[in-house]
Amino acid sequence: MSSDTILHGHSDVVTSHDVHLDEHGAHHHKETFITKYIFSQDHKMISKQFLITGMIWAIIGGLMSVIFRLQLGYPDTTFPILEDIFGKWAPGGKISPDFYYALVTMHGTIMVFFVLTGGLSGTFANFLVPLQIGARDMAAPFLNMLSYWAFFTASIIMISSLFLTAGPASGGWTVYPPLSALGDATDGSKAGMDFWIVAMVFFVVSSLLGGLNYITTILNMRTKGMSMVRMPLTIWALLFTAILGVLSFPVLLSGLILLLFDRHAGTSFYLSDIFIASTQKALPNEGGSAILFQHLFWFLGHPEVYIIILPTMGLVSEVMAVNSRKPIFGYRAMVGSLFAICILSLLVWAHHMFVTGMNPFLGSVFTLLTLLIAVPSAIKVFNWLTTLWKGNLRFTPGMLFSIGFVSMFISGGLTGIFLGNSTLDIHLHDTYFNIAHFHLVMGVAAFFGMFAGVYHWFPKMYGRYMNNTMGYIHFWVTMIGAYLIFWPMHYEGLAGMPRRYMDYSNWVSFRQFEDLNRFISTVAIVVFAVQLMFVFNFFYSIFKGRRVTTQNPWGATTLEWTTPIRPGHGNWVSEIPEVHRWAYDYGKDGREFISQAEPVGSNESSGH
Amino acid sequence: MLPSIEVKENVSEQRQKIHPHKFTMWIAIGSITMMFAGLTSAYIVKRQQPGWISFEIPRMFWLSTTAMLASSLAVQMALKAFKDRHIKSYKNLILLTAVLGMVFIILQILGFQQIWKTGLTFSGAGAAQFLYAIAGLHVLHVFGGVITMLVMFLKSLRKTSRSYNSVPIEVASTYWHFVDALWVYLFIFFLVIH
Repeated sequence: MSSDTILHGHSDVVTSHDVHLDEHGAHHHKETFITKYIFSQDHKMISKQFLITGMIWAIIGGLMSVIFRLQLGYPDTTFPILEDIFGKWAPGGKISPDFYYALVTMHGTIMVFFVLTGGLSGTFANFLVPLQIGARDMAAPFLNMLSYWAFFTASIIMISSLFLTAGPASGGWTVYPPLSALGDATDGSKAGMDFWIVAMVFFVVSSLLGGLNYITTILNMRTKGMSMVRMPLTIWALLFTAILGVLSFPVLLSGLILLLFDRHAGTSFYLSDIFIASTQKALPNEGGSAILFQHLFWFLGHPEVYIIILPTMGLVSEVMAVNSRKPIFGYRAMVGSLFAICILSLLVWAHHMFVTGMNPFLGSVFTLLTLLIAVPSAIKVFNWLTTLWKGNLRFTPGMLFSIGFVSMFISGGLTGIFLGNSTLDIHLHDTYFNIAHFHLVMGVAAFFGMFAGVYHWFPKMYGRYMNNTMGYIHFWVTMIGAYLIFWPMHYEGLAGMPRRYMDYSNWVSFRQFEDLNRFISTVAIVVFAVQLMFVFNFFYSIFKGRRVTTQNPWGATTLEWTTPIRPGHGNWVSEIPEVHRWAYDYGKDGREFISQAEPVGSNESSGH
Repeated sequence: MLPSIEVKENVSEQRQKIHPHKFTMWIAIGSITMMFAGLTSAYIVKRQQPGWISFEIPRMFWLSTTAMLASSLAVQMALKAFKDRHIKSYKNLILLTAVLGMVFIILQILGFQQIWKTGLTFSGAGAAQFLYAIAGLHVLHVFGGVITMLVMFLKSLRKTSRSYNSVPIEVASTYWHFVDALWVYLFIFFLVIH
């Protein structure tokens, strides 16, 4: 693309000592391979560890969706290769029902927790928080390292569960009891379920250690002059994300602890009046309430979707302002709406439980609170669009993914208004409408935000650029593909097609969607292949990408671009720069951008 | 056209008001509080369901509460001794804290046994089962504190280097007071609601 010179041509802020490659910070100390790449306490290395672990997870999780999409799209066809690979899980080349449930369960678990929570927050909070607020590292680098290793341990345990004889957990990613509490009921509730719980305990520990660090670092370690209202929106978003995580993950932990008691100690917190068909036994458990688990689960579960989407909102705001060469529109409204979303997200969990027989009055309260979230969400969308409006747009891959994010967020958000209504939900719950909704609004949108972040900050991470051509192919195929996959699912869902079924050909009402399902599956395979190209681009560019030669290639105002091209542990070589202005001085007084570290001139127009 | 943002406040004065590690501990305390809030609200919800059986508060819990409160006093005195550079009494007090913590844990377990003997085992879904889960989890938190105190005691024995940085002991004592307060809350909770 011819805009390359525009994209990378900003050399006016390069100062003499900063152009060296591989500059090491003032806090440089002797590093071995192990302390540098494995047990590193450098936030930048920990960030990369999270990112690469997250990418491996995303490939596994994505591949699972390809396998179950094969079944959904071609229910009558057999694929002998599946039997070669999965053995008894795919007898005769057709996946077994147990395997299907295991796949959808693990796809959800992996994507929601391991990719879009651990992989996303872990990557960008670690990378951007110290760099953008002007700190040499996190408040507690050692805890930060533990956070990654707890995540790694959780990953190892979760991945081991895939190789158990009885298979991994397969009662859905929400692990509702009684199914998840009774190993006798199904293979998917045997050891796999224990692995799932233990892995999630480690995951929660990781998430808490990370969250504590992010909050403390943001509130206590900002450089001189970096008041809260001068922070880039990325930092605000990551702050609210961390607060949500710290408040809601412990509640999931309490739910899981009680579940462990029910599984192994014979308590009846969630169990009551159960007869198991496979063993022909009536269980003695009485007085338990399965709904109690749902309350505890969704008290995390709903904030969790905002833990996923808030960081990407921050990333997108930043990438969009930089590449529109305009200040973000409505900075304070952006912060305010992040705050509003953060508060509301703690008050809407029961909208996941409208059809559990809850009091209709309670349902209407939760409907109201749920619909209220549309207000701050709409404010954000409005501000993104007005940031783009009459901007000097540079269509870098990061920028395209940011715009794509807004598109996905609108499309998926609108259907949220349908589902948030307790009456409409009676028809729409557990259908493909729901699948389409959350995949667009928090799945694809969050992935887009994450891609935007990776393309945009890759030069800071590795001192090289990712390949643009592959970036553009990646964007357009993913963008079009995502709509082709999820848009038709709305129609299927409105027609009542339920989720979690592996074969619809026995129903006259759903047989009509045979072609549509095949189409969706085909597109899903293409889109998955393109993600592999992104992975290739990522790793290829680490070693062979075009080198970054200027300190501030995107012409951005924020502090991470005042560090050396390849910053060492400690980030800045000499003093940490002092901040004199907010993060969005673009196109001010005839200058394209003014770094936050630049003092306010005497004849500068008043502003921020 | 754009909202003007006040930048007058002097940020540098606000910075570093509280040591980041202490701040981290406070957020961690908030987080642990959420976990126990989740559990105790589950208890309240569950109490409305049929088949709820409550239990007698065992006498051991009064003793364990006393031990816990005494340990809080000990850790506070240890902190003061450290700040006054009375390293010898600091060592003794920190060890006393750990011992009192262990006493608390043993008394809790004896208390659980008293309830267990009345026939309230794990089977069922009443107050006793919640007590085992909730107070058991609390015991684990106290155990973590005991380990920390022992580590700090062993560190203070080290002859070669001596640190006069009071942040670690301050953070540890904050945590200790928290698990103390948490038990007092849980104890009152179980006394009042059952």
